[in-house]
Amino acid sequence: MAEVRLIEVREELLAENRQEAGDIRAELRRHGVFMLNLMSSPGSGKTSLILRAVRALKDSFRIAVIEGDIDAMVDAEKMVREGIPAVQIRTGGACHLDAPMVAAGLKELDLAALDCIIIENVGNLVCPAEFDTGAARRAVILSVPEGDDKPLKYPLIFSVCDLLVINKTDYLEGSDFDVEALRERVHRLNPGIRILSLSCRTGEGVSEWTRWLAGEIEAFRNK
Amino acid sequence: MHELAVTESLLQVVLRHANEGGAGKVVSLSVRIGGLSDLVNEWVQRYFDHLSRGTIAEGAVIRIERIPTTFRCDECGHVFPADPRTREAIRCPLCSSAEMTLATGRECFVQQIEVV
Repeated sequence: MAEVRLIEVREELLAENRQEAGDIRAELRRHGVFMLNLMSSPGSGKTSLILRAVRALKDSFRIAVIEGDIDAMVDAEKMVREGIPAVQIRTGGACHLDAPMVAAGLKELDLAALDCIIIENVGNLVCPAEFDTGAARRAVILSVPEGDDKPLKYPLIFSVCDLLVINKTDYLEGSDFDVEALRERVHRLNPGIRILSLSCRTGEGVSEWTRWLAGEIEAFRNK
Repeated sequence: MHELAVTESLLQVVLRHANEGGAGKVVSLSVRIGGLSDLVNEWVQRYFDHLSRGTIAEGAVIRIERIPTTFRCDECGHVFPADPRTREAIRCPLCSSAEMTLATGRECFVQQIEVV
């Protein structure tokens, strides 16, 4: 019987994904294309938030969308109607997008003709948090009807994002959603995170979101 | 159920290192996962048992070590464990500051494998 021996690995579990994400990041850097990975639960407003950004910024920046949501066919059509390129990733019902899926989506886009790509990830607060897609920035939306306790239940996603958008603030009145408690819960996980409150329905606060995105696109290009 | 995707990646990492090390069989592997991860040990092992069939890692036992979630106080530098899932406010136990940075809890890596 051969002797048991130890091999030191000390490698990330998702090393393969991380490698591919690094390749994507390098390619986008070469082309000066800013990519945002947008995540949230289903129905919290990813598509609406993207449409708001596209309408406000499409004269200033060339934007494309990678759709990962399971019912994204509808979402992709909405984007095309706005006149912007949209690629739909067939996730086969997968719960998240990973770097190889995004790499396949990028092949469908002309990177030389773009300034910004927004990934609409699969609606889910758990799995997308674990997978680096090669995006320069990550954002998560939490809508008011979901409740202020989500960072307690899904801490990882709030700890890895650069931006938190609190959407559907038009539902705040009469609800027990505590914005201050939410801020504290998120800040202790991630002190550097930017937090914006808005309503895609009424438009209140939306300009903060489009200003943030425009600033990130500019900053990336001038880096 | 991202355990499946994570386990696929885990198997690839393990097989690559086992092959590079000239192993004939993988007996066990130890994995360190931070307290913020939602991975469920039981499912990682079950998926691994399924995915590793017919490979040299078939039958390997996965030992998962959970790394506690800790914060570093921005004021005094003290590192302390705390549960980010609590509804209570988290304060530094030494200086009571509310300003802190996550120190551990997001780890997700393969530490070592036992092979013959």
